[in-house]
Amino acid sequence: MKKSVILGAATIAGLAAGAAAAGTVDDVKARGKLNCGVTTGLVGFASPDANGEWQGFDVSLCRAVAAAVLGDASAVEFVPTTGKTRFTALASGEIDMLARNTTWTFSRDVDLKFEFVGVNYYDGQGFMVPKELGVSSAKELDGATVCIQTGTTTELNLADFFRANNISYEPVPIETNAEAQQQYLAGACDVYTTDASGLAATRASFENPGDHVLLPEIISKEPLGPLVRHGDHEWGDVVRWTLNALISAEELGVTSANIDEMAAGTDNPEVNRLLGTEGTLGEMLGLDADWAARAIKVDGNYGEVFAKNIGEETPIGLARGLNAQWTEGGLLYSPPFR
Amino acid sequence: MADQTTNPIAFVAEGTIPPSPPPANEVGVVKWMRENLFSGVGNTILTVISLILIYLVLKNTLPWILNGVWNANSLAECREILAGKTGACFAVLTERWPQLIYGFKYPTDAYWRPNLAFVLMLVAIAPVLFFDLPRKLLIITALYPFVAFWLIWGGTILVPLVALIGCVAAGFVFQKLGKNSFAAGFFGAIIAALVVWNLGGALIPEGASENAVLSPVPSRDLGGFMLNMMLGVTCVSLSVPLGIALALGRQSDMPLIKWVCVIFIEFIRGVPLITLLFVASVMLSYFFPPDSTVDLFLRVVIMITMFSAAYIAEVIRGGLAALPRGQYEAADSLGLDYPQAMRLIILPQALKISIPGIVNVAVGLFKDTTLVSVISMFDLVGMIRGPILASTEWQGIYWELFGFAALLFFVVCYGISQYSQWLERRLATDHR
Repeated sequence: MKKSVILGAATIAGLAAGAAAAGTVDDVKARGKLNCGVTTGLVGFASPDANGEWQGFDVSLCRAVAAAVLGDASAVEFVPTTGKTRFTALASGEIDMLARNTTWTFSRDVDLKFEFVGVNYYDGQGFMVPKELGVSSAKELDGATVCIQTGTTTELNLADFFRANNISYEPVPIETNAEAQQQYLAGACDVYTTDASGLAATRASFENPGDHVLLPEIISKEPLGPLVRHGDHEWGDVVRWTLNALISAEELGVTSANIDEMAAGTDNPEVNRLLGTEGTLGEMLGLDADWAARAIKVDGNYGEVFAKNIGEETPIGLARGLNAQWTEGGLLYSPPFR
Repeated sequence: MADQTTNPIAFVAEGTIPPSPPPANEVGVVKWMRENLFSGVGNTILTVISLILIYLVLKNTLPWILNGVWNANSLAECREILAGKTGACFAVLTERWPQLIYGFKYPTDAYWRPNLAFVLMLVAIAPVLFFDLPRKLLIITALYPFVAFWLIWGGTILVPLVALIGCVAAGFVFQKLGKNSFAAGFFGAIIAALVVWNLGGALIPEGASENAVLSPVPSRDLGGFMLNMMLGVTCVSLSVPLGIALALGRQSDMPLIKWVCVIFIEFIRGVPLITLLFVASVMLSYFFPPDSTVDLFLRVVIMITMFSAAYIAEVIRGGLAALPRGQYEAADSLGLDYPQAMRLIILPQALKISIPGIVNVAVGLFKDTTLVSVISMFDLVGMIRGPILASTEWQGIYWELFGFAALLFFVVCYGISQYSQWLERRLATDHR
């Protein structure tokens, strides 16, 4: 910072230099660091631990991309963004990619000029009720009071769902998730509704999580995924195929435990192509041959990342559900590495 | 009866009667309570209600505080230790203490640097706040910003050194040229500073910070209450002089200066601080290329300083307007020129009137520094709302964290307020 701060003149010179920007891949390589936008904190998805190290589901993807491009999973500058600053940070070039549980919608993709490179978590709006209410389906919620965050899409989804099922409800408008927790626990509402992953995380923080249940209905589609700027397709491909490599690795049975063994060569040609022992996929991407192997080595394949951060063994305890491989009834379906 | 005849005078006091103690309900605690708490039906009722309220509040909070758990690694562990009893989980404060104070990225082995900077700040600020101290201490105050910059950000010492030399050169030029013409001195000083900074900046070798004594810390890594303190101290100390200049400028006879000041003040006061912060963090990055942006901390400091300077300018303008016209005329009749009149006659009186208002702005400004959490800087509130509440260990814990933040801010703001009251008493030379 020193010179640009003290010598304001430097910025003017920089203005001219910045006009001729190269592709993001080259920028990242020249910088030696990946600027990755994450949330300022969301349980299980991204938060710094007691030592200040970023951890979480979205964070793992940043590290995987850094490992693929730069060969060093720690060469990531995590740029915390809020819901309000995330898109400008990406559009202005402050960050190279955004991995911040962002829902892929038409207007964000088309109007805001971003490119969603895939989906790393299929979320949807769910309901949480106290167990003692004895409700097992959202359709039994006729006449319930519902805590709902105002001004969000969840509010509209809720109205749609209740109207479609011809049942009534009474909304209790609240502002933040923290307030919602307090209101719900204080009994101000029978039901709390927000994204299912958020509900699970909220429930995990309760004193007696077992007293509350998540209802099986998911009433909206919230595909969350990493995104990059429109127009830089080389960079978009790198991020997209890093994500796909993690997903394919799980499908093909490549884990952080057996990757060294498999990288020596296997009988499965797709594994070999993925890990770079066959074919020239890395070269086509502008990277070296074992880019995907490095990305998988960081935190393991998609399934391992999921299990470690938000899976059933963690306090958040999310089931794979829609996020299982397509072979197991989920939606994860990576295009072939060929 | 017989005595009456021999002694026509019934009784002669031969000494003073020893004072008897006042009636029990006119002394000590009882009297105080009778006068202050139970002096009438209405007041008695209010007292009883207040006592009940205080009891209710304490009944609920005291066990919570006294039962508090100070050693645990997560909220779940806290709850296990408490085993169903009410009690706070202060363990989050002990476990995340460094994060609350310094942010989560400031290097652990460098915590002594902000600590030292804080202690030095107390030393440097003392001669400004308490003018009974020897004036020579002001030299420390003048050097402090450069030392503090070096301590907190680390890196090569050449940067603050060049900045310091630039300032010294500017001061020197101003002394030389300013005697004849203020404008010549003013612009000469700016040019001198820019020349020194550019020359010095070119002389600093590339990568000088890499092997410096103090490892460099980027602004992004600052956080916690340290960030609030840094923003508060920097912005208050910058905005007071700027505010004075704006207030004087607004009263100027020169139309250009007057209108620049008026437009600046009115524009800034008409815009919410949070908008300015968004402009600083979001909009400005569109104007600068990604590689050579102005440091985020500096952008925020500029915006907050501009904001509070506009308010302070209006407060001081109030002070200037409150001075009787005769004071200005008295200064003129003594043959003082404008800077002398301002420095010796007008401003000392106007500033004294403005103290409560300035302190008000300063306290408000200090609390407003928590707004930077919305532009993803991790100040104290940002740390709590973001990383700590989003960690799997501590999510779901609110009262302890926000109570702690409130306590820290209260201590500082109450201190500022007490100082200003002392200052008003100290300066009370008015004609009561």
